[in-house]
Amino acid sequence: MAKTKAEQPNTQSDGDRLAELVAYLRDKRTTLREEWARRITEADLLHVMSAEEIFSEITAVYDNYVDALQTGSVETLQEYARDLSERIIPRGVDTDEVLGIVLLLRDVLARSLFTEYLSNPTLLNDILDAYEPAANRIAVTVGVSFVDERERVIREQQESIRELSTPVLQVRERLLILPIIGVLDAQRARQLTEQLLGAIQANRAKVVVMDITGVGTVDVAVANHLVQAVEASRLMGATVVITGLSSRIAQTIVDLGVDLTMMKTVGDLQGGLEEAERLLSAGDLPVEGL
Amino acid sequence: MDVPILQQGDVLIASVQSDLSDMQVTRLRDELTTLVGSSRATGVVVNVSGMDVIDSFTARLLRSIAEAARMRGAMTYVVGIRPEVAIALVHFDVDLAPLQTALDLDEAMHLLRQRRHRHASNGD
Repeated sequence: MAKTKAEQPNTQSDGDRLAELVAYLRDKRTTLREEWARRITEADLLHVMSAEEIFSEITAVYDNYVDALQTGSVETLQEYARDLSERIIPRGVDTDEVLGIVLLLRDVLARSLFTEYLSNPTLLNDILDAYEPAANRIAVTVGVSFVDERERVIREQQESIRELSTPVLQVRERLLILPIIGVLDAQRARQLTEQLLGAIQANRAKVVVMDITGVGTVDVAVANHLVQAVEASRLMGATVVITGLSSRIAQTIVDLGVDLTMMKTVGDLQGGLEEAERLLSAGDLPVEGL
Repeated sequence: MDVPILQQGDVLIASVQSDLSDMQVTRLRDELTTLVGSSRATGVVVNVSGMDVIDSFTARLLRSIAEAARMRGAMTYVVGIRPEVAIALVHFDVDLAPLQTALDLDEAMHLLRQRRHRHASNGD
């Protein structure tokens, strides 16, 4: 609404207002920064950071903020917000804190403008017309940058957890082991199947020992995925030996009513490797006996 | 294009070069089951590494090739199933347990040789 008014004939004077506003904010830099820092501490935001840190960060944000108001370009601020987010996310700063801080700055500045131009309501109105859309845009920019950064970090972490958690290791020629640790959900089970089949093809594997000692529970969907992974591996010409089945998982699989004749299971990893060696040296596929 | 079938020793080798129509698959099955008897083959290898997609109809026919060949005295190996194809196959409601598989042609030839040796030494 303020914007429509600003876009009326007096665009020129709107620019002037903005210039005046910027000059005012530059002039009051010290007091406004201090006021902002005080309000942040008061609201108990950013408590993971020391007062000095907060002050130096908000100084940078303040200056970037005023620059963004002046030039109308949020790129530098966006850059800074990303960089700042990257530093504070690992320290456990939450989205509501960041949004709170940006909104606090908006409040502090707006209030100071009120006090300054109280005597001239028309001018105050014009100044606010120039200020509000720009300030909103800046607040949105900072908030979005933070959330973007956070999502990027989360994505990266998920990615690395996934990669870490399902290594496919070649023990010797044509023998792979696949130790699975942690929670198996349907998505990971699917990904694991793909990784397993890719590795079978790449390494020309004949036997794969899949050790699930590190898996606490499986649900029906995951058990099904495991059975399918074993069957898909067989279609590619590889035998999967499953080791480390806990009694709970064994029961789940039995309750599924899945035909287990295709599944070769051995108590522990050592037994599994011995079985694998036996299969390899015999040059024998277990299904051949059928 | 139909699937070329070669004979090497007593093994028939069918190399599927591309995805097949239902009719081509049916023809392949008929040819193979006929040839198994006439060539006195003891092994059949169907190489499907050229196939991007294997539908349930093809899967069923591959199985019936294996079963028919077995009744006529030959062991069938399907080789070269790609990872994405294997994932798709296990989702079909087709019991592929009777289907013997191997990584590639080499592997299947090796397994068939071993089987022959074993049979020779066991006398069965």
